[in-house]
Amino acid sequence: MTMDKLSAFEYAPAPESRSVVDIAPSYGLFIDGEFTDAADGRVFKTVSPSTEEVLSEVARAGAEDIDRAVGAARRAFATWSALPGSERAKYLFRIARIIQERSREFAVLETLDNGKPIRETRDADLPLVAAHFFYYAGWADKLGHAGYGPDPRPLGVAGQVIPWNFPLLMLAWKIAPALATGNTVVLKPAETTPLSALFFADVCRRAGLPKGVVNIVPGYGDAGAALVAHPDVNKVAFTGSTAVGKAIAREVAGTDKKLTLELGGKGANIVFDDAPLDQAVEGIVGGIFFNQGQVCCAGSRLLVQESVHDELLDALKRRLSTLRLGDPLDKNTDIGAINSAEQLARITALAETGEAEGAERWTAPCALPSAGYWFAPTLFTHVTQAHTIAREEIFGPVLSVLTFRTPDEAVAKANNSQYGLSAGIWTEKGSRILAVAGKLRAGVVWANTFNKFDPASPFGGYKESGFGREGGRHGLEAYLDV
Amino acid sequence: MPTTAPAFADATSSDSALRRFLHGLPGVDPVGLEARAASLGTRSIKATAKAYAIDLAISMIDLTTLEGADTPGKVRALAAKAVHPDPTDRTTPATAAVCVYPDMAATARAALAGTDVKVASVATAFPAGRAALDVKLADTRDAVEAGADEIDMVIDRGAFLAGGYLKVFEEIRAVKEASGPARLKVIFETGELSTYDNIRRASWLGMMAGADFIKTSTGKVAVNATPASTLLMLEAVRDFRAQTGVQVGVKPAGGIRTSKDAVKFLVLVNETAGRDWLDNHWFRFGASSLLNDLLMQRQKLATGRYSGPDYVTVD
Repeated sequence: MTMDKLSAFEYAPAPESRSVVDIAPSYGLFIDGEFTDAADGRVFKTVSPSTEEVLSEVARAGAEDIDRAVGAARRAFATWSALPGSERAKYLFRIARIIQERSREFAVLETLDNGKPIRETRDADLPLVAAHFFYYAGWADKLGHAGYGPDPRPLGVAGQVIPWNFPLLMLAWKIAPALATGNTVVLKPAETTPLSALFFADVCRRAGLPKGVVNIVPGYGDAGAALVAHPDVNKVAFTGSTAVGKAIAREVAGTDKKLTLELGGKGANIVFDDAPLDQAVEGIVGGIFFNQGQVCCAGSRLLVQESVHDELLDALKRRLSTLRLGDPLDKNTDIGAINSAEQLARITALAETGEAEGAERWTAPCALPSAGYWFAPTLFTHVTQAHTIAREEIFGPVLSVLTFRTPDEAVAKANNSQYGLSAGIWTEKGSRILAVAGKLRAGVVWANTFNKFDPASPFGGYKESGFGREGGRHGLEAYLDV
Repeated sequence: MPTTAPAFADATSSDSALRRFLHGLPGVDPVGLEARAASLGTRSIKATAKAYAIDLAISMIDLTTLEGADTPGKVRALAAKAVHPDPTDRTTPATAAVCVYPDMAATARAALAGTDVKVASVATAFPAGRAALDVKLADTRDAVEAGADEIDMVIDRGAFLAGGYLKVFEEIRAVKEASGPARLKVIFETGELSTYDNIRRASWLGMMAGADFIKTSTGKVAVNATPASTLLMLEAVRDFRAQTGVQVGVKPAGGIRTSKDAVKFLVLVNETAGRDWLDNHWFRFGASSLLNDLLMQRQKLATGRYSGPDYVTVD
């Protein structure tokens, strides 16, 4: 062989081109079909978390702007809700197709504004966004067959507040069912990731969506609070932290606003000794390191049967050593940037708590870029139920590893959480999957997989993970007067 | 008989012990395995990495002709191609081996005299493997005597599917002994074993019996080497080395025709078994038309132009 045996197979940089997306220096609020400045003229900057580069300056909505947006949505509601479902479906199908056509542009934009790898925005976020619009477009003219009576009516104006972890996908989860059922929308994206929602406003215009049906009001918590408290909002949908969710629940108590909350989680990924171990390793990695662990349904607690603990951990560490952290626009990057300095500080503090409380820390060997917000994939062993990192949501690339001895103990530990959003079961034994799944108090239970999403499947939590379901036929209920 | 690694003496002491061992290996979830292979298939290999991968892939090819119509002339042409795949560019690496039927091994040996290119010969009543053990062993000895450096044997899939693991095991050991100094590649015909659990069991069975290489396919059935089955076999050799210290090679064969496919397989090797296998002593492609596609891609990288099929030799 003529080649240098020692040379390694180093992947050359393979960056996706930024030129497919044209980010303007400034953006307004999208109200009543037009982009406008905030009433008080305030703006905020949105940065790329991987470089800290300022991407654009965005109008910051205040209470006055929220009032204007809700007014526009109210005016649009009369005609929008009176359209036959088949007509509303046409708009939704059109939106879905435009998103597919512009998916590369949206993928790059989302990666720039959020910090997640292009591999994920390209292969997960964008296909799911389009699928969600296609799925609910299909329901628009079939609502009489959804099990909510022969002609279920919409609620009115939906006030929707979404997080920064899946900006466009959470928008799709909120807007698609709302429009399909005949509601109009005021949506507030997160302050660190407003851009894809503003680009979506352009999609609405190109789809010919009537003015005021969708309004996008970027801003901070005060804008969200004003939206939730607005007296002319009929429906509040929130995805985000449990603390804010509780505040929203208190705010709408005593009103006739319908509420759905999709909050935090501390998902248990349970690996039995008869699991398909190589695939379990992949599922664990996908469960906690997908989107840098900034996923409400992340499998952040690994419950592994003690008899395979060492074997599984060796395989897991070997696998984590192959993860590629770096430029999120590089097509070979597995782990991107943390969304904000604030989130990075929170992850760092919780990881330090893990060490301080005596858990054993292991970090994947990888160099972190000098600019931007980064956290290397990390796992903790010797974690028990009493550790903070086994109880609190870290919302970052940090896995807590616990052990169990019997199926009953696995179930007890998995359920011993204030949350109940997701869980995973890994075993080759079908009867065990069914027995354990039936006992887990989690809204989603995956068997021999993790973090698999489909618009036809309802999603939502038990306990402090929230209430109400998004996706599937069940997702219609939150937007219907039933 | 070669001795079995002491670690497996108990496991191979009887049919039932061997069955218990093989069925005790962790199961394979097909959806997860295929998803992992597909995910690695999205790696984007560009520029210097692509140039490296193309040369590596060329150097790993067992350039193969296994036809009833094979003649000495055809084999000599193939041998010449193996030594100098691109006559216009002498920096092009040679392929790893030329792979032929046993009766062509002497012709290949003569044509490759004085080069580093190995002679690989299929044997054991390839491709069906439906012959008596004596015939298979004679076939093997003939190939080695004719100058084969490597023997590509087929397992008895019928015996395997009927649960006769020990019979398959003993047959591999017997062929290994008959191969003498030649390296032994054991072909499972993964398309006929059908399930991933079977492929994992066959991989361990083959390695425990002394295989130097485990190989997916003959290239003669509908389903040949797939990324998922190759990934699974790479996991097997990785785990086998971790347990025994013995490194075994992997050879996907059949159906790999484009540079893009070959690079995807190299990514599987790189991110599963690791860099220790990124070498033609430990990884091979059983292929024929793949070489010309690699050469065209190599020319394009060097010149910036895609020359077309008239600028590579047809053999």
